[in-house]
Amino acid sequence: MKTFVGIDLGSTTTKAVLMDEEEGVLGRGITNSRSNYETACKVATEEAKIDARFTLFRREFGTAGQIDEQVEDFLGALERSFRLEQFLEQLGDLEETCIRLVRGDRYAKIGEGVKVALTEVFRRLREEAPGMYAPGADRKSDFFRDIAGSRYLSVAEEVGRDAGVSYDVLLNIYDKSIIAVENRPPSGKLNEKFKNALQRVAKEDSGAASVLGEKAEHALGIELEETYLVGTGYGRVTLPFSKEHIRSEILCHGLGAHMMYPKTRTVLDIGGQDTKGIQVNPEGIVENFQMNDRCAAGTGRYLGYIADEMNMGLHELGPMALKSKKPARINSTCTVFAGAELRDRLALGEAREDILAGLHRAIILRSMSILSRSGGVADEFTFTGGVAKNEAAVRELKKLVFENYGEVTINIGAESIYTGALGASEFARRAAHGRIEGVEA
Amino acid sequence: MSTQTASQIVARCEALYDDLRFSAARDWKEAEPGRKVIAYMPVYIPRELIHAAGMLPLGIMGGGDSLEVIHGDAYYQSYICRIPRSTIELGVSGRLDFVDGMLFPSICDVIRNLSGMWKMLFPDVYVKYFDVPQTYIDEIGGTFYTGEMRELLHDLEKIAGRKITDDDIRASIEVYNENRKVVNELYALRAQAPWKAPASEAYLVLRAGLLLPVEEHTQLVRDYVAAASAEERPIKDNSRVILTGMFCEQPPLNLIKSLELSGCYIVDDDFVLISRWLLGDVPTDGDPVHNLSQAFLHKAMSTAAKYEPDQEEKGQFLVRAVRDTGAEGVIFASTSFCDPALLDRPILQNVLKRADIPFIAFKYAENSGQMQPIREQAGTFVDSIKLWSAA
Amino acid sequence: MNTKILKAQPADVLKDASMIKQKEMMAKHYDRLTNAPTSGAKVASTFVPGNLNELIMCFDLVNNLPEVNAIQSGLRKQSGAYIMEAERAGHSEDVCTYVKSDIGMMLKGNIGPNGKKLPNPDVLLLSYTGCFTFLKWFELLREQYKCPTIFLQTPYMADGKVTPNMIQYMVKQLKDTVIPTLEEVSGVKFDIDRLREYLKKSAQAEDDLVYILQTGKNKPSPIDAYFGGIYYIGPIFGAFRGTDDAIDYYRFLREEVDERLAKGLGPVTPDGPMAEEKYRLVVEGPPNYTSFRQFWKMFYDEGATVVASSYTKVGGTYDYGFRHDPDKPLESLAEYCLGVYTNRSLPMRIDMLTDYIKEYEADGLLINSIKSCNSFSAGQLLIMREVEKRTGKPAAFIETDLVDPRYFSAANVKNRLESYFQMVEQKRSGKGVAA
Repeated sequence: MKTFVGIDLGSTTTKAVLMDEEEGVLGRGITNSRSNYETACKVATEEAKIDARFTLFRREFGTAGQIDEQVEDFLGALERSFRLEQFLEQLGDLEETCIRLVRGDRYAKIGEGVKVALTEVFRRLREEAPGMYAPGADRKSDFFRDIAGSRYLSVAEEVGRDAGVSYDVLLNIYDKSIIAVENRPPSGKLNEKFKNALQRVAKEDSGAASVLGEKAEHALGIELEETYLVGTGYGRVTLPFSKEHIRSEILCHGLGAHMMYPKTRTVLDIGGQDTKGIQVNPEGIVENFQMNDRCAAGTGRYLGYIADEMNMGLHELGPMALKSKKPARINSTCTVFAGAELRDRLALGEAREDILAGLHRAIILRSMSILSRSGGVADEFTFTGGVAKNEAAVRELKKLVFENYGEVTINIGAESIYTGALGASEFARRAAHGRIEGVEA
Repeated sequence: MSTQTASQIVARCEALYDDLRFSAARDWKEAEPGRKVIAYMPVYIPRELIHAAGMLPLGIMGGGDSLEVIHGDAYYQSYICRIPRSTIELGVSGRLDFVDGMLFPSICDVIRNLSGMWKMLFPDVYVKYFDVPQTYIDEIGGTFYTGEMRELLHDLEKIAGRKITDDDIRASIEVYNENRKVVNELYALRAQAPWKAPASEAYLVLRAGLLLPVEEHTQLVRDYVAAASAEERPIKDNSRVILTGMFCEQPPLNLIKSLELSGCYIVDDDFVLISRWLLGDVPTDGDPVHNLSQAFLHKAMSTAAKYEPDQEEKGQFLVRAVRDTGAEGVIFASTSFCDPALLDRPILQNVLKRADIPFIAFKYAENSGQMQPIREQAGTFVDSIKLWSAA
Repeated sequence: MNTKILKAQPADVLKDASMIKQKEMMAKHYDRLTNAPTSGAKVASTFVPGNLNELIMCFDLVNNLPEVNAIQSGLRKQSGAYIMEAERAGHSEDVCTYVKSDIGMMLKGNIGPNGKKLPNPDVLLLSYTGCFTFLKWFELLREQYKCPTIFLQTPYMADGKVTPNMIQYMVKQLKDTVIPTLEEVSGVKFDIDRLREYLKKSAQAEDDLVYILQTGKNKPSPIDAYFGGIYYIGPIFGAFRGTDDAIDYYRFLREEVDERLAKGLGPVTPDGPMAEEKYRLVVEGPPNYTSFRQFWKMFYDEGATVVASSYTKVGGTYDYGFRHDPDKPLESLAEYCLGVYTNRSLPMRIDMLTDYIKEYEADGLLINSIKSCNSFSAGQLLIMREVEKRTGKPAAFIETDLVDPRYFSAANVKNRLESYFQMVEQKRSGKGVAA
């Protein structure tokens, strides 16, 4: 079938959306934006294709839009099994890469010992892998780097100690290898992995799974043809596509928000690098936009600094801020001064939650200015980007929007991080459509 | 003679200062039908003319550090100072909806352009960019300035719906002469016994003068000077400094307090310069507009917003102020992105260097929240002054 | 496509004949300046807006423009070091980089673009026109050069009109202080007929300048009225207004533009003639000079031509009919100063930009907001909003600086420009094919 790919290459994550000819979203994929943009795009696209496969399975089962416990169990098992396949494949790559690095003078004496230790580390990792993908297992992240990294470190410490190999050596090898592995494009043999996963699921369960398995096999037969691709995002200047495949992130965000919430007239996107206020018309066409100026004040990056400064996880900031009863008044959203101001206030004995609440308000105040600059807030108002997940930020935004613009419907979707990629995929669909009809798109 | 203590007077001034809805001016306007309020921005306008028209001149000095600026920020890039944003915020949020006219003095390009913005944003309000001469020759700058003032009078007459006579203006000149006299007494007290009238208090007393009818303010200052002089306060081992560069966007009150806490006695400054702009009394006989013009040309303060035609005279006002007040150093506190203050600063610093007067410099904004670096700098400065004078 | 990329090599930048001629004129002028110590010519430093070149020539003075020197330093990538030098000497990072580039250049020996030392001015003619910074700039220079400083104040056109009080004030200044001091400094007696003669020549060149700038109304426009326009205004905004050289140059330029117009050609860019005019823009604000070529390329690569700009009016606004007038010489100099773009009120600027968008049939307004220049920049966001409202055409806002390389973020500017072009495109075809 024809599919249309939209990719949003952001400063922290890369998102992809796969769309069908009827404007339906087939799949979404996300990965961390690494130094190699091309790989990031490929990984995100592959993730979107994997997700698309599941959509196709559901369509094949005829259960799209409803919850069938059996199907959910089956798909759950299939996904875990597939992810395990994927994990094992990358683990194999990582092992090979690590072993390859053990050469040269440095390893003249210790080389063999290190190799033995590495082999043992990876044997254990492989061994424990199915457990990590067992039903109900809790994985902190879906990115290979995060999962493999944390496990490698703890296993290597153990193995190294027992084998008398320096932990630092093992760590060093890992650090070098993971970058190489991460920047290698995925092998792309998705169907094979799916088939392996199907077999594994079939082995574990012989009931309804076999019928569903057959149908799934059939759905795997549907070819996902990449008909047209459009890229966007902050890294656009270095996007690995030719010019006709690139659209402005503003346009993509505007259109994406319109597609998710067709009554959207104003969009606020707070991303890692910038904050955008966008006004769209009833067709999703951008009428006006404003972005933060040169400095990163008031963007997601600011929260990142604060999290680092407070030694907290980014996702922990919002909940803590919500606890505040007496938010501090913070006037500066300057990332450069953020650390100093924070330390100053902590030293003066202000409570962390109050400072954090003040910081969240400061960020949203900045956004309100950008919105005002772009033309204000019209009904409906869609909030997207990483910061839209932060409840404390959302609470301040709702308050300020009400105070300044009255009753306005505010949309915040779970998939809001894919807004740009969604718009891009629709541009891809339109571009292909125009091309097919011989019209300049 | 008032029975109020200094701190009671200051508390009233602080309440006025904190009130960003300008209730005092609103009440004044409400009190009698037909009353008009004409607002103005720093640095100087002849308030006598507004007063002569029976109107209340209202000084707008930005939004301070408590105003949350949302819409005002939408009009300005990050590299422009804060006062125009907060002033627009005051306007678009309706806090100035009782103001009948707004005057924008010639101080810099930002305030100049704000005059045009105000026209666009508030088409129903009387808006005037009040141009002043930067040449101080009678037949040239004087004639131009008289012309500008006559134009303003003409506009005010239209708003007031009545003629403004020379006698009206003479009477107003007298009232403002009186006000300047008590303000100067306040400064004299500060220079002489700064522990009695701390800058943070004097500042609030001065700010009240932008919000109250001048007659009321004159009495208030008089009361404060009397109360402050009478009270015994402990003398600290502080250093006497002059503060300069704050003639437009105002420092947060905390900044002034922080400087005092760091060991500074601020014995002179350029806060709310309009209240001391003209030096000495303006004559009350003869052509009052001419008299105001003469005072502006020949007997007025120096500040970075003015051109100094005489190279020898450039910056001497600071040297004189140091001598007159017995100050030991100068603090250049300039608003971020303030062209007049920041461009002038190196020249003034060279003058001070030649006169062997120590100085430091830092920047602030009206909503600066972090005082720690300023406290540190000022504290170090004070210590070094002491070491230096001991050596 | 490939040939285009090859041509982008700096070695063979394309220039049309007028551009070469312009460069020669500028070079000649710099030689005149740097030769002043040997030729005995006296030098007057003054500013571009409110530049009284005709008057200066009446006293045989050579006109030295510190803004133009800063621009030259910017184009030659020297301004960055000069600015840092000035900041080391105590200047704030917040203030105008023309001033800092000039002061840094002075601190480093005042070497002009021709590699020779620029002479110290014999007089500073402080024409305070449309820019507060001018006041402080020459106070700073006066401190160093200790030379006579003549002050001329141009009142601001706040209410959109020139009043008799303004004209009288200016004429009085010219008569009572400016001219007598120039006589004193130069030792040349003022001859009003000589001034009339120069003014006549000014008007002649001004006619051609207006004609050339207004060819932007054609489709395609044969000129780029911003990037190209900056070359066009050089002579008349600088030391050539009122000279035969200027008359020749503008006649020559006019013929060159006419020829392109007749052939239906677009402007000449450093990479060759512009292929297709896809976007017609009106630009407000000065350009960035440290990355001038790169900045321009972001436009012509996308097929964007600037058909009208406000920057080409900073040294005089001629398209509403003002010409220097030999019949009322001093009044005419006053009117000239009053009319320069930066001395116009914000409502006047909005009217002007709105008119440009309509008359030049532009797709929208682009504002290049300059950190250094509050005279231009303060209020531009309101200008943008208002022009958008009145014309219904989209506007965009980018931020750079005049000559401070630290404030030109190519990725950022390109990102916004491309977003803007695509938005224009999308709006244009909005309800049509692409949607």
